Amino acid sequence: MRIIVCLKPVPDPKHWSQLRLDPKTKTLIRGDIPSIINPLDRKALEAALQLREREGGEVVVLSMAPPNVIPVLREALAMGADRSILLSDAAFAGSDTLATAYIISAAIRKIFPFEFVLCGDQTLDGSTGQVSAQIAEFLDIPNLMHVSAIETHPECGYRVRSQIEHGNMWVKVKPPVALSVTKEINEPRYITLMNILEGERKTIENWSSKDLLLTEPWVGLKGSPSQMAEMFIPEAKRRLEMLSGVPSEMGKRLADRLHRLGYC
Amino acid sequence: MVESNIWVFAEQRQGRLADVGLELLGKGLEIAAPIGWKVAAVLLGHSLSELAEELLIYGAHEVLVADHPLLSSYCNQSYARILKNAIRKHHPEIFLSGATAMGTDLSARLAAKLRTGLSAHCIGLELSSERKLLAVVPGWGGNVLAKIYCPTTQPQVATVMPGVFEKPQRSNPRGKIIPVDVNIKPEDVTYQVLEIEKREIQEDTLEKSEVIVAGGWGIGNREEWHWVEEVASVLNGAVGATRPPVDEGWAKEGQMIGQSGRTVHPKLYIGVAISGQMHHMVGIRNAETVVAINQDPQAPIFEFCDIGLVGDYKEILPPFIEAVKRYSA
Repeated sequence: MRIIVCLKPVPDPKHWSQLRLDPKTKTLIRGDIPSIINPLDRKALEAALQLREREGGEVVVLSMAPPNVIPVLREALAMGADRSILLSDAAFAGSDTLATAYIISAAIRKIFPFEFVLCGDQTLDGSTGQVSAQIAEFLDIPNLMHVSAIETHPECGYRVRSQIEHGNMWVKVKPPVALSVTKEINEPRYITLMNILEGERKTIENWSSKDLLLTEPWVGLKGSPSQMAEMFIPEAKRRLEMLSGVPSEMGKRLADRLHRLGYC
Repeated sequence: MVESNIWVFAEQRQGRLADVGLELLGKGLEIAAPIGWKVAAVLLGHSLSELAEELLIYGAHEVLVADHPLLSSYCNQSYARILKNAIRKHHPEIFLSGATAMGTDLSARLAAKLRTGLSAHCIGLELSSERKLLAVVPGWGGNVLAKIYCPTTQPQVATVMPGVFEKPQRSNPRGKIIPVDVNIKPEDVTYQVLEIEKREIQEDTLEKSEVIVAGGWGIGNREEWHWVEEVASVLNGAVGATRPPVDEGWAKEGQMIGQSGRTVHPKLYIGVAISGQMHHMVGIRNAETVVAINQDPQAPIFEFCDIGLVGDYKEILPPFIEAVKRYSA
């Protein structure tokens, strides 16, 4: 069995307060904020490792990112991934979700055959949560999102639990299938020093656009239908008034204000 | 002949329309009116005649209905295929759906099938002077908002957070119901739903409440959470929370407000011991009056509120609750 895990390095949210908007270009200045594995993608990797432990096979980690994310891929190898592939090319820069899904699906075709494509349900930075479904569409395989359990089923192959509003649905799926996972699915394992050393011994493959069969123009900024018209930091359009006094007075004063506004 | 330029996915599961579909119908009608566009609600499933009538009552100009036994249980591949064929035939400019489990999943596949862009989890919609959809999308945990549009591809697809817009008024039906071609085989349904486990349904009290009192990490522990509930109770409001109280089990998942929770628009919002991280604050952008109570005068919430109180909530709230009770008596 082969399980492909799509992994996105994201800027560490601990440093997001450093994010600034370039007033001229209206783009985000990331500065030197370090990258981490997107937390839900780490859970997807853990789910893949657990599937491999149950049934044998190979876990391949795939990431489309600039080359400076190598430490993040090393970490995935240390966790136990067998292979790691970095999709990196200047031509990929500026890809929206459609272009990203197209490029990743082209890479997955090259890794063929496979049983599972696992992703995190959302990324911390973009949170569009649509790439897994779009990869599945380009590969013409089924997909399920919001997956919080993957079970091997004696009769039907696999049974997954997918969260919906007000509950869950249990769904019978037949590989190949793409699943995106939620935070409830597992607790990713810790990495030991031994794991790190083992990870160091594995190689990270580099694929550029030349290595992929990209027959369509949906690559990079130019191949992306979605464009950004404007980016802005939300402003407070509120009139701040601080109530003063000792706490007991403030409490009373707030009640007076809300009374005048008709709330009590 | 289908005339609508804006199509809204009228999500239904087990014969119940999701509120967000109606909210989008309302917003669609609002942006369509000044330029004379029409709005269609798009309904997929089986035995849908009552729901289709309901959508007419909510003001749809057209209700496009794909009714087939094989559509009774949602499957993204079969639904997306039918929608793609209908869209390719009738060329709407805009396709909207809720940013729900179903809407997110379906729109992603549909946009890929149509090779068009998708703006996800929008918290605002505008129409530009060129009649392009400008979708307001939060990024980076809500620290940044972007306006996304698709200049060259059609239709423009967006998913919108539930609760951002209001449901339209019910009125006399003026539209018509139009059946959509359903060309589907059993093998097009590529997964099988075995069972649906329902959680205790918290009806959408948060979205409907005029007053919301929300608590944050600063409440400290489960034993103190009753303060938030008590304030909500004396003001006849609902209880909300940021993520940490939900993770800690003080509050329920359905009470979480913000980018990964609910979007609310109460008249009055009171944030107790909430620091004001953007991923929470995007959920209350449309509140009329925001009150913040926090010990830390540097807390970011003080940049986004109308009335601020710096101090320990345990000292501020008892006299507040007492005074409110006196007023209400």
